[in-house]
Amino acid sequence: MNPVNYLYLAALLFTIGATGVLIRRNAIVVFMCVELMLNACNLALVAFSRMHGNLDGQIIAFFTMVVAAAEVVVGLAIIVSLFRTRHSASVDDASLMKL
Amino acid sequence: MSFPLLTATAALPALGAIATAAVPAARRTAAKWLALLVSLATLVLALVVLVRFDPGGDRYQLTESHAWIADFGVRYELGVDGIGVALIALTALLIPFVILAGWHDADPQETGSTRWRPTQGFFALILAVEAMVILSFEATDVFLFYIFFEAMLIPMYFLIGGFGDRAHAGTDENAAAQRSYAAVKFLLYNLVGGLIMLAAVIGLYVVAGNFSLQEIAEARANGTLDMATNTERWLFLGFFFAFAVKAPLWPLHTWLPNAMGEATAPVAVLITAVVDKVGTFAMLRFCLQLFPEASKWATPVILVLALISIVYGALLAVGQRDIKRLVAYASISHFGFIIMGIFAMTSQGQSGATLYMVNHGISTAALMLVAGFLISRRGSRLIADYGGVQKVAPVLAGTFLIGGLATLSLPGLAPFVSEFLVLVGTFTRYPVIGIIATFGIVLAALYTLVLYQRTMTGPVKPEVSAMPDLRVRELVVVAPLIALLIFLGVFPKPVTEIVNPAVEHTMSDVQKQDPKPEVEAAK
Amino acid sequence: MENLIALLVAAPLLGAAVLLCGGRRLDAVGHWIGTVLAAVSFVIGVVLFADMLGKGAEEREMAQHLFSWVPVESFQADIAFQLDQLSMTFVLLITGVGSLIHVYSIGYMEHDERRRRFFGYLNLFLAAMLLLVLADNYLLLYVGWEGVGLASYLLIGFWQHKPSAATAAKKAFLVNRVGDMGLSIAIMLMFAWFGTFAFGPVLEATGETSEGKLTAIGLMLLLAACGKSAQVPLQSWLGDAMEGPTPVSALIHAATMVTAGVYLIVRSADIFNAAPDAQLVVTVVGAVTLLFGAIVGCAKDDIKKALAGSTMSQIGYMILAAGLGPIGYVFAIMHLVTHGFFKAGLFLGAGSVMHGMNDEVDMRRYGGLRKYMPITFVTFGLGYLAIIGFPGLSGFFSKDKIIEAAFAKGGTEGWILGSVALLGAAITAYYMTRVMLMTFFGEERWRHAPTPSPAEPSAEPAAETRGEYEVPHPHESPKSMTIPMIVLAFGSVFAGGFFSIGDRFMHWLEPVTGHDHGHAPVSAMTVTLATMVVLVIGAGIAYVQYGRRPVPALAPRGSLLTRAARRDLLQDDFNHVVLVRGGEHLTRSLVYVDHSLVDGVVNGTAASMGGLSGRLRKLQNGYARSYAVSMFGGAAVLIAVTLLMRAV
Repeated sequence: MNPVNYLYLAALLFTIGATGVLIRRNAIVVFMCVELMLNACNLALVAFSRMHGNLDGQIIAFFTMVVAAAEVVVGLAIIVSLFRTRHSASVDDASLMKL
Repeated sequence: MSFPLLTATAALPALGAIATAAVPAARRTAAKWLALLVSLATLVLALVVLVRFDPGGDRYQLTESHAWIADFGVRYELGVDGIGVALIALTALLIPFVILAGWHDADPQETGSTRWRPTQGFFALILAVEAMVILSFEATDVFLFYIFFEAMLIPMYFLIGGFGDRAHAGTDENAAAQRSYAAVKFLLYNLVGGLIMLAAVIGLYVVAGNFSLQEIAEARANGTLDMATNTERWLFLGFFFAFAVKAPLWPLHTWLPNAMGEATAPVAVLITAVVDKVGTFAMLRFCLQLFPEASKWATPVILVLALISIVYGALLAVGQRDIKRLVAYASISHFGFIIMGIFAMTSQGQSGATLYMVNHGISTAALMLVAGFLISRRGSRLIADYGGVQKVAPVLAGTFLIGGLATLSLPGLAPFVSEFLVLVGTFTRYPVIGIIATFGIVLAALYTLVLYQRTMTGPVKPEVSAMPDLRVRELVVVAPLIALLIFLGVFPKPVTEIVNPAVEHTMSDVQKQDPKPEVEAAK
Repeated sequence: MENLIALLVAAPLLGAAVLLCGGRRLDAVGHWIGTVLAAVSFVIGVVLFADMLGKGAEEREMAQHLFSWVPVESFQADIAFQLDQLSMTFVLLITGVGSLIHVYSIGYMEHDERRRRFFGYLNLFLAAMLLLVLADNYLLLYVGWEGVGLASYLLIGFWQHKPSAATAAKKAFLVNRVGDMGLSIAIMLMFAWFGTFAFGPVLEATGETSEGKLTAIGLMLLLAACGKSAQVPLQSWLGDAMEGPTPVSALIHAATMVTAGVYLIVRSADIFNAAPDAQLVVTVVGAVTLLFGAIVGCAKDDIKKALAGSTMSQIGYMILAAGLGPIGYVFAIMHLVTHGFFKAGLFLGAGSVMHGMNDEVDMRRYGGLRKYMPITFVTFGLGYLAIIGFPGLSGFFSKDKIIEAAFAKGGTEGWILGSVALLGAAITAYYMTRVMLMTFFGEERWRHAPTPSPAEPSAEPAAETRGEYEVPHPHESPKSMTIPMIVLAFGSVFAGGFFSIGDRFMHWLEPVTGHDHGHAPVSAMTVTLATMVVLVIGAGIAYVQYGRRPVPALAPRGSLLTRAARRDLLQDDFNHVVLVRGGEHLTRSLVYVDHSLVDGVVNGTAASMGGLSGRLRKLQNGYARSYAVSMFGGAAVLIAVTLLMRAV
């Protein structure tokens, strides 16, 4: 199959993720959309790796997964503690980070 | 390798600062004594530097050189010439007096507090400033100098903003607001100056390929390093701007009265007598050596600005109602003299300017510290709140008068020699500017004597009638300064001997010679 | 012998240091330390004088080099002394009169708790004044010059709790500083043109420069002299300086310090000789001041201020003589010395009167005091006769010579200057007779409380008039005060004759200053006769006005001139309006400018930055999703730019 199709898929997934980040309020959903964007990138990287015939893209994809795993841990912890203190998982409620 | 004396002179107060800061909260007095001992030990080291320095020897002595950031050609290079030695000695000399004068300035107001340690912080910051100032007098690497030139702003910021004068006219809140305004103003002015200098430092690196003052100056002198006229001028302006803010030169002076007014008297001395000297020192060392042609190009404008500083500072001093702001404006006037001496490009002018830096440090310290003692007794900085102090505290009034007379350059006291040298040095090359600057001596008499008359003479005001005279600690601070003022006024040779050869080098850097007297020229 | 010169200065300097640093422990003996050290200086002076007399006229100059003071390249100032006949004259006058006044002060200041400090200041003054006349270069002279200014400042303001004294002290110092500016510019000119400012080399170099340059230097030196010697236009401080204790007025503001200007001009004789224009200005200044001081002296009711006007006028004579060139130098110095005797004597007499009259200074509150204080009366009277130039007394010889020399200047100038000097002699006779009559003769006006009259705003009400009037008990002063007065009276009587017989003084000074007889258009005898005539006229008018008629206890309104003269011929008013008011406005507006304009520019920049960031801050609304929008937007823009760049 033409590897370019994988790229189309990655672009589609990324767009879905980005839209989700922008329009959803639930922190968990936003978080999932971020993950979707990350994995879209991974897919694109692996596709590039295949297209160029070297391993650089795959190595970066592995690296991204490790970072994403760490990010999930931190991010979920933040969301849980937010929910505990505010009894809500809406990202718009947590707007204290302004001057 | 020989003992790194210059590093030691700067490292000792730096280590002392850390040690002082680490003293436990309850042992406040121990911290004070530790700071005092460290500053005295630094003075001893500075005296060793003074003795080891051979005025007839090389231009830079006691040099140390180590690679530091090799990729950018930044080296840890130290070395002193006569001007640097004189100013290191001044700094090391003044710090013990500053510490002793500020002995109680940072005592916590509510007793029994063990968590907060203002005293330790105060003295540690003073020692930190000392270390950085000494290093910037020693650095012969432009980048190294830049680092300490900027870094000393941080402890100064905390000293001004954190330990204000308790004698404030308004409420506590008002005082805190004004203090932080002054501290921020100090920081911002100097940071802007520093940023512009940073750009010039980088520019210099691009042009010259390294940061070593000696190498660049040598390359400039023997023609291997050519700079386009415009490049040189821009770089010069970048450096000069930073130094002019620090010095301060009109119209960049407005931070000084705020900072000196809001800070405690010892910190005010630290600002004007020590830190600001780095600015004028750097003009002599960096501007003239690295950019001789541009310096000559800018001379007329700088001289006029210096002249404005002299007259303007003195006139504003006359109009002040606040004792410390008055001294600040007087200092602006004096810095005008120093800068004028430097850029008159005569040996009298430059020797005079260097001597002026030393003498101004001592005389302002004497005047300001006594003013501080006075203010701490009455709790007000306003001149109008005093009157007749002479009657109740004659020794205080006497020392205040001597400090004032030194400020107005009375012959016989040290500042006279330097002021006259600057005037003569300027006059031989620029007669009109020299004559106008002479008006400064009348105005100096005016603001000093008006200050003395309004505070010390006349009927005794009820508020000051119970004012105690100088205590032993305060006398220990003032008496040596006054003795030094008289000694250097009668016998300034020890300083001029060290300074003269360095000035000769600077004069040859800018390829200027003293104007010949006409009678001789005619022959 | 040379090594003694430094000791002349060192002795009183040591006294000043000991007395001022010694603290209260020395209160009991302070005045003795001060007096003894002044006397030591006098003795050293006499020893040096004797040594000098033993040598030939040309070998009398001595020098002592102590150490190099400010060596910077070609700028070489030394601490070095030079003692020639001119300096010697001053040394003897300063230490001699100075010692006498120290003795006098022991009694005069007896009840002052700060007597030790007073003597410290007096010693400081002696040291500075000796430094001034012994210096061998202009820069060291400058040190002495300002040193005496400082001592004068401290002593005028000695009673600092009186605001008037503090103000007077400040004024004296400031006006002197204006003069000092002249001196420093003169030194700078010398250095720029001659490359030196030591007396010898400068005077040598005068031969090689143009007249214009010498005129410039001469005028600057004259400005300095005007400040220190209270000459028009810088005379206004001297009257106010009478706020100081009377011994100070006698020593500093009559006998010694104020004559420093004359010394400066005579010392710089070679410069002035080669610059006739400068000389002309000197004589004009002298002549104007001579009349100015005399007129002011006529109108003052305060005995010390009347004498101060007289001092101004007499120094005007000296400056006039010094401006005449070699014809006058010797007489300027001679008048200076005799004036030192009689004016110091007059001031001490005035002090003695005040001492016995509860410190009253208004002569209208005196009268008939000769019965109560005979010694003061006699010594004051001899001083009076000397100053008006009564034949045979000191003033006769010295002043007469100056008038002669003024005529001998020749030409129209000579006639004008001579006439002014003659007129001055008449006015001198008038105001001195007035002082004499109002103080020692006539009705005893002090017996009754003065009746304040609201019609007289110009009359200064004495402090006593406000409270209950306490009738003073005039009495003769103690011995420590009368003995110096008697000694000075001897000087006033005999010094002039001693100097003039056989032209002793002229021969003594000639090697230093040179002398020239000039071409007198009238004979010496005519001048003397004319002087006698004007003297009689002046004294006669005064007698008619103040001797024959009773003196009103409160000053009458007086003519326009009298009222102007009471206010120092409106000079203070001029200063006040132009300098003080103008200066106040200037500084006040500058303070405003500094705050609003210079600082305002910077603060304005800061404020606009603040406003801008205030607006930018609104973007930081805290909503994570809007941050995400801006991130995506930014990324989109970046991609678009990259693609566009590639396309182009």
